[in-house]
Amino acid sequence: MRRFLAFAKKEFRHIMRDPRTLLILFGIPVIQIIIFGYVVTNEIKHVPIVIIDRSHDETTRLITDRILASPYFETVTNTNTGKNIHQWFKKGNVRLTVVFDRQFGKKLIKSGVAQVQVIADGSDPNAARLMVGYLSGILAQAQQEINKQYGMVNPVGIESRMEFNPELKGAFMFVPGTIALIMMLISAMMTSISIAREKEMGTMEAMLVSPLHPLQIVLGKVVPYVAIAFLDAVIILALGQVIFGVPVKGNLVLLLGEVILYIILSLSLGIMISTMSPTQMVAMFISLFVLMMPTILLSGFIFPIENMPEALQWLSLVMPPRWFIIIIKAIMLKGAGLMFVWKETLVLIAMTFAFLLISIKRFTIRLE
Amino acid sequence: MSVDRQNSVAGSDPVVQVRNLTKRFGHFTAVNNLSFEIAKGEIFGLLGANGAGKTTLIKMLCGLSRPTAGMANVAGYNLITQPEMIKRRIGYMSQKFSLYEDLTVQENIRFFGGIYGLSKREAIDAGNIMIGRLGLEKMKNRLIGSLPLGWKQKIAFSVAILHHPGLIFLDEPTSGVDPVTRRQFWEMILETAGRGYTIIVTTHYMDEAEYCNRVAVMVEGNIAALDSPENLQRHYHVANMEDLFWKLTREINGSVTKSIQP
Repeated sequence: MRRFLAFAKKEFRHIMRDPRTLLILFGIPVIQIIIFGYVVTNEIKHVPIVIIDRSHDETTRLITDRILASPYFETVTNTNTGKNIHQWFKKGNVRLTVVFDRQFGKKLIKSGVAQVQVIADGSDPNAARLMVGYLSGILAQAQQEINKQYGMVNPVGIESRMEFNPELKGAFMFVPGTIALIMMLISAMMTSISIAREKEMGTMEAMLVSPLHPLQIVLGKVVPYVAIAFLDAVIILALGQVIFGVPVKGNLVLLLGEVILYIILSLSLGIMISTMSPTQMVAMFISLFVLMMPTILLSGFIFPIENMPEALQWLSLVMPPRWFIIIIKAIMLKGAGLMFVWKETLVLIAMTFAFLLISIKRFTIRLE
Repeated sequence: MSVDRQNSVAGSDPVVQVRNLTKRFGHFTAVNNLSFEIAKGEIFGLLGANGAGKTTLIKMLCGLSRPTAGMANVAGYNLITQPEMIKRRIGYMSQKFSLYEDLTVQENIRFFGGIYGLSKREAIDAGNIMIGRLGLEKMKNRLIGSLPLGWKQKIAFSVAILHHPGLIFLDEPTSGVDPVTRRQFWEMILETAGRGYTIIVTTHYMDEAEYCNRVAVMVEGNIAALDSPENLQRHYHVANMEDLFWKLTREINGSVTKSIQP
């Protein structure tokens, strides 16, 4: 125990003494959550829109008012010709165009059917889909208003409500995702680098001839990072709540327990990587390309898993962050208890054991 | 006199006893069936070119590498069955510098004291004695990385014997060090051996062999000769260790060596 404590203490000293390490451990989580929260967002706001109104009647004015009253759209011009539309789209100063046909109001009132044409800038398909979606919602609402005004029967009205995230805030997605990413970064990458550093400097040899058991070396390496990663998770959760209003609806203890499980999983991955890398550079590259990229791309963090090709969906099954993100989203946003996430938790536990087993085996082989 | 008879030592129990020790990597035999003994207080030199098997031999004796065949007793314990006990009783310093550059002198001392099982009190006491002996009072709070190489080397050696190991392994401790520092370092080794420590040292500087009580010249995994430097020079009719080394390497793989000779 004394030997182990001496080792863990030394590890803390390394961390505290290196400004770059400190920056990675405490600066990056804060910066990332803020960047993801504010910049990489699914929400669209203040989209420049052109409304081409060839009808100019009460109903088109009402619809136009409703569109412009929403925070999503901002009018550029209000014209009655569509001559320059393509020019505008090309320049990029217009991203959405709404065209009301002649006699729009009359047709609507007479037959109950009138055409609105919506043209969106499809060069950014996600944004285009969102813009059209928002606009359709506004049109549907306006239609109901008009129907009421003129005493007409409402066709089927859709009233949608987004459960768990009524405002469809992007932060609800990015806070859980960022926790998964940061835990992976700190736990896996930093431990693999710090073990590889000892190999590179030759100090690992000194450790291996010492009476320290290999297990003590590995644990001593890992314990400080468990503590720091846990602290980071708490910081991210707090920032998410304070800045972006992302709630923790479920049991906090359960949530933190799952976080610790995921940290241990990431650490065992880090140890496994370090057994394969002779130098810090190699450890860093493996961590970045084998861990970070899949975490971002395949875990459902940014891109929905359902939309992936089948082969990638299968691949995403072996990505630990995928399961972790499901778990913490359920706990944080839906207030789910262990009853609802036990399967995913079991997957994480099984993965942890597998990685630990492999790395302990490989670590002792290295001794030979 | 026979060189072979020198493989065993007279008097008290040997600190190291090696019997038919062999290490193979696939088809390559790095250490071939070696047997020798080392007495307490001896400075035992392992000489040889790179790849002669010195480091492999040392790694086996430290418990870092498992022998393919043979057995050994090191510091009173069986190498095969009790490697963990051996690790507590030996000190080790390698050609790669083995202190932490981003820790201070004192932190390094406490850390290595800690992993060798010294209590905080013991580590502090042993550290103070060491700092006093080396005259390090002014430097004890400086980072190792900021010290000149000569000092690092001395501190690394002192840290390696902090826990009074009795048997010390030095694997090319002076490679890449200037002649003055090497000289000072050897004075330290001699002084330490004088206090009853047994020292096994590998080197490829032939002049350093003169400091050893006995020298084993390794050629391609075998011990080509083993005796005191004086006896070896007399026996092989050479003036210094450099010439002896040439003679032995040529004898064993003559044709190859001859062809590179002018």
